[in-house]
Amino acid sequence: MPVAVVLGDDVSSIVKHKPELTLIENGEPLESILPKMISANAYLGADVVREALDTGAPIVLSGRVADPSLFLAPMLHEFGWSYDDLPKLAQGTAAGHLLECTASVTGGCFGWPGKKEVPDLAHNGYPFADIKADGSIVIGKTPDTGGRLDVMTCTEQLIYEIHDPTAYITPDCVLDITGISLTQEGNNRVGVSGAKARPRTHTYKVNVGYADGYIGEGEVSYGGIDAVARAKWAAEIVKERLKLQGFTYDDFRVDLIGMSSLHDQVEIRPEPYEVRLRLAGRTRQRKAAHAIGFEVRAMHMHGPGGAGGACEPRVRDVLAVKSVLLPRNLVNSQVVVEGAQ
Amino acid sequence: MSVRVYDLAHARAGDKGNTSNISVICYDAKHWEFLERELTPERVANAFKHIAKGPVRRFPLRNLKAFNFVIENALGGGVTISLAQDIHGKSLSNVMLAIELPEPQ
Repeated sequence: MPVAVVLGDDVSSIVKHKPELTLIENGEPLESILPKMISANAYLGADVVREALDTGAPIVLSGRVADPSLFLAPMLHEFGWSYDDLPKLAQGTAAGHLLECTASVTGGCFGWPGKKEVPDLAHNGYPFADIKADGSIVIGKTPDTGGRLDVMTCTEQLIYEIHDPTAYITPDCVLDITGISLTQEGNNRVGVSGAKARPRTHTYKVNVGYADGYIGEGEVSYGGIDAVARAKWAAEIVKERLKLQGFTYDDFRVDLIGMSSLHDQVEIRPEPYEVRLRLAGRTRQRKAAHAIGFEVRAMHMHGPGGAGGACEPRVRDVLAVKSVLLPRNLVNSQVVVEGAQ
Repeated sequence: MSVRVYDLAHARAGDKGNTSNISVICYDAKHWEFLERELTPERVANAFKHIAKGPVRRFPLRNLKAFNFVIENALGGGVTISLAQDIHGKSLSNVMLAIELPEPQ
């Protein structure tokens, strides 16, 4: 069976020679992370995926492609839309954005007991889009499944991970969602209209992955009377023991899970019956990362009374990511068909 | 008397790098002007000040009876290096929903 393969997203050999490119996140030159670079991948667009579909191969494999572009590509292939036809690119990109997180538009990441009920969430159905050649779009949900698809679920997904809603930059266009109307067109069917777009930019966004040390962590639990006071004391003891060994950390954090690990502000939170202490740190030294979990586990023997259930010390390599913009003309995206016809 | 954002709107948080975006979507379009007046970027920045350095920008989406808040320096340096439990900040929409506003007239 032939497989069309989309290549060209791996641009590590190109950006290696462009140390002057600016990192979007901090304005520093790419040069600052080049020695530690592990990967560099451009978010390709729908155009090259359409080329792959046009070969007729029943399977297309690609490297990094922007999420909405994966959905726009079959529309370009089927309807022959051009990149000059901005209203259709806009509609197709909006549909792609609504579909790209799958069940997040059909009741996943949405339900709230007593407030936003979702029926039969355990059998949550996946979404699809009915698209016409004129760019009209209705989002639907697979029949006989749980979940819900309506204007509320679509609105949450439409704004999801967008910054300026007049300028959602994809490799295919700059989408403006401020004129979009969502309309309930039946049970689990929502019409999408009014998407606008400006032409695509002259650059691709490239994610550059680089090695950035290690994260170590450890956890242990305290319950009953004075649980929080004992957990806080243990945190101070662990920090002191790490300091005694000369370990340093670029970032360090103490969490009281059950109290302040998600939204901080431990000083105003009510005390729970039991609390799980978590310490985590990022460092250049694997040994220093491992020591965190080691010392937290040692709280069984060396810490305040009644510590239980410490986890094994955890260490992971950090693959950090920053981004640059790379001119399109430097990226050589292409399609290769492999396998017998 | 006060009202929570939770009483008038639903919300979802998303992440890009070290930036969180949180939608605030009215259950009823008639509350949009109230939220436009009271749920200011300054008020949101204050509610997030222990989590995010900011700045906070607010984008109106009248067509969707919604707002999009973009909160920078909110995710412990970003998903790949954050030490947080919730590295994507998915739970941050609940900080938004808990914001208290003066009772609508």
